[in-house]
Amino acid sequence: MNSAVASPRGTGTRNTRILGILTIASMAFLALLGLVFSAEDRDQGSSVRIMYVHVPSIWVAYIAFGMTAACSAIYLSSRNRSLIWDRFAGAAGEIGVLFVAVSLVTGSLWGRLSWGTYWVWDARLTSTAFLFITYLGYLAVRRLGGTHRQRARRSAVLALLAILEIPLVHFSVRLWRSLHQEATVATGGTDVHMDGLMLFSLFFGLISFTLLFLWLVIHRQRSLALEDAMENRGLDAAIEARREEAVS
Amino acid sequence: METVIELKGVVAVLGSFPALAGVSLSVQRGEILLLQGPNGAGKTSLLRVCAGLMPIERGTGSILGIDLATNRQDIRTRVGLLGHTNGLYLDLTVEQNIQFWASTVGASQEEVANAMSTMRVDGRLAKVKAGQLSAGQRRRTALASLIVRRAEIWLLDEPHAGLDAAGRDELDALLRNAVAAGATVVLASHESERAAGLATRTVTVDGGGAR
Amino acid sequence: MSTFEQRRRVAFAVARKDLTIEWNSRILVNQVAPFAAIIMVLFAFALDNEGILQRVAPGLVWLATLFSMLVVIQRTFAVESADGALDALRVAGVDPSAIFIGKSLALMVQLFALELLLVGTAVVLYGVEMSLVGFAEAIVTLLTATVGLACVGTLYGGLAAGARGRETLLPLLLLPVVAPVLIGATRATEAAFGSGGAQVSEGWPWILLLAVFAVIFAVVGSVAFGPLVDE
Repeated sequence: MNSAVASPRGTGTRNTRILGILTIASMAFLALLGLVFSAEDRDQGSSVRIMYVHVPSIWVAYIAFGMTAACSAIYLSSRNRSLIWDRFAGAAGEIGVLFVAVSLVTGSLWGRLSWGTYWVWDARLTSTAFLFITYLGYLAVRRLGGTHRQRARRSAVLALLAILEIPLVHFSVRLWRSLHQEATVATGGTDVHMDGLMLFSLFFGLISFTLLFLWLVIHRQRSLALEDAMENRGLDAAIEARREEAVS
Repeated sequence: METVIELKGVVAVLGSFPALAGVSLSVQRGEILLLQGPNGAGKTSLLRVCAGLMPIERGTGSILGIDLATNRQDIRTRVGLLGHTNGLYLDLTVEQNIQFWASTVGASQEEVANAMSTMRVDGRLAKVKAGQLSAGQRRRTALASLIVRRAEIWLLDEPHAGLDAAGRDELDALLRNAVAAGATVVLASHESERAAGLATRTVTVDGGGAR
Repeated sequence: MSTFEQRRRVAFAVARKDLTIEWNSRILVNQVAPFAAIIMVLFAFALDNEGILQRVAPGLVWLATLFSMLVVIQRTFAVESADGALDALRVAGVDPSAIFIGKSLALMVQLFALELLLVGTAVVLYGVEMSLVGFAEAIVTLLTATVGLACVGTLYGGLAAGARGRETLLPLLLLPVVAPVLIGATRATEAAFGSGGAQVSEGWPWILLLAVFAVIFAVVGSVAFGPLVDE
């Protein structure tokens, strides 16, 4: 059986180490940009700095869920059904859930500071909450057990169903809240007056968080591969033990 | 002779437990093969693999010339499995259960009536809910619904369990008839004397392997 | 491979089987319907204001429908796994899409009956009044919403049933997906009931949303049910 691409020491390689160093450096620079160099907003004061984490987080979450869907589709349609696609889908799903959570928390903190409330029933907020719960369900299904192939097929189908569900939920929530104002920075809303450095910081945040995502997803995929390999090795031992039952 | 079951080094897992740890087995059409072995030896899993119900993790296998790894759905329409559970709907009557299974394969009313009288679940019993039957009566009902499904390979897990002496004789006659009509039978049984008289060959399953 | 004719036959056999089981056991009538009715009474206790009750009656009807639906779906798959019948169906090589359609059809009939009861309860307990056109609109709403709910419920119910002993998974997977139905059906029912001064004509766009949902999950469900349930 195929043994996974496992280096015995860990999940790092030279390339991921370079990627990791780049990520740390750009994160440090982003912190400087966001906390020191960029100015306070005229209306919002320092609370605008939350945006440099909030917007990149939801950006990463969208990339991650897109990747989960794409890898699931590749898994189901590929001839040899390589489990690497399943693991990439799962790794991206986990990271996506994490970053949706980060963006929900930072978003509600920002909302408290600028709107005076943690939550408004805005279409975007509401469907983001649904996104979070939907992928919690996806992760729960991944943990159901069974063989690796069962896990892969079941969760890949579910990931594709989620892609179908999300636009439906978003569309119906929009209809529901059709009179509600749009209040986000990402659409270039006018309630925040961004100067050049602020825009640059935001843009730089997207890049740093994307690097972080890549670093995380590669390592997580490899650690999942190691888990699978460990289970396979456990299976080898179990098969040996099972055969010995017959001798005695 | 036509080989209907061909397994080579098959490993099948339940969760992370290797229920089958490399089974190789070859069965010819018309055989009545008896699987013997202690509890937990892997007999049930072996039957489930042959039915296309349990995926194989390693090794290769084909049933009726159909590959087990890729085309399990095609295998299933041509084999019949009677497992530990009877696959009955407990809130349906005996007749409703058998009628349902007949309608999934398009069996005629005549076939239903024949199957019910063969397994002696006609008459008064036909109108009783499966949930109210005794263990032996449920077994008979399950066998009757297996008959209407016209399987080419009969995979039976402890078919004698719960049956009375008359029921066992009827089952044996049923299986001999099925084989005479071109079917193949694989059964797991602890009733070794009875089953050995019926079987044309015996295989011992132990430690997830077959000897 | 199964032809269209075979698939139709099996789907109807499965639907008739599920409805016969309900007819024989009367679980829906004797247990689920009273459960749904008691939810409506509990809402009245919790909200404790006739004006508010009348205003939010449509939402309460559909919330009660969703909760009762969870129970009905658990039941319809518990029946399959009680004596290994789902395994037997799989061994028999029965086309999964036919099983999906059959079980969805049976679920539609049961859900529709439940919803009628809940609307009736709202009329009696919450003082809802409907015009004739409003009544027709309510019926159309129930029908389209039911098709969507039954399809999506069968799909995720099958997944949760395949994972033995994980019935708790069903609400987590199902409730986010049916949010569009809750939104659409509630708004359409508000129009039908005239709650909060809504006009009957305001309901039809929402019914369109329900219809789109129903068509999507009927098609997708019959494709995805097999891979989700099969192990």
